[in-house]
Amino acid sequence: MLTISRELADKIIAHARQDHPDEACGVIAGPLGSDRPDRFIPMENAARSPTFYEFDSREHLKVWREMDDRDEEPVVIYHSHTMTEAYPSRTDISYANEPNAHYVLVSTREEATAELRSYRILAGNVTEEPVEITE
Amino acid sequence: MAIEVRIPTILRTYTGGAKVVETSGSTLGELIKNLDAAHAGIGERLVDGEALRRFVNVYLNDEDVRFLGGLETPVSDGDTVTVLPAVAGGSR
Repeated sequence: MLTISRELADKIIAHARQDHPDEACGVIAGPLGSDRPDRFIPMENAARSPTFYEFDSREHLKVWREMDDRDEEPVVIYHSHTMTEAYPSRTDISYANEPNAHYVLVSTREEATAELRSYRILAGNVTEEPVEITE
Repeated sequence: MAIEVRIPTILRTYTGGAKVVETSGSTLGELIKNLDAAHAGIGERLVDGEALRRFVNVYLNDEDVRFLGGLETPVSDGDTVTVLPAVAGGSR
């Protein structure tokens, strides 16, 4: 299960809408072992594409080093799908390399609503999990 | 000669859980071969034939080695090599 504040969930959705029609991506860091998303870190999509995302390699290093210095880990790794449902694709699954992260997907294919769903992806296996939004 | 290599979570199964290991080499390619000799199997997660895998980021100190010399990049004592699997994905 992913437990996340309303404020953070809204930030993910706002970022996704802002970058539409390109895919948006980012991280929410939290204290090591806490499983608690805490610090919102929107990332640049170096691919700038409506169908692909990739963290910029320099920014990736900077953010990972910062988390390490602060004893944090990536609790949430999020990205958006702009034309398809908020479900991990084959490429999402093959590049899911943070075993402790909750992979959050948002779909911006509809203007009026935003689907936000969360998954664990381990060794190529996808398991959807419930999202609990706290106020 | 000691070069520090920082290992991402997902590759720590090859290093017995260690986050940082030490190895040696005069180029990145040689370093990876030595790393693989000590931690069997890690080499092929980083290198595909003669080149670094596309979705694995390797940094020499602060620079992505793709902007340096790839596997030919010279490395020396006191350097830090950091490995981070790329974070990527898409709609397909």
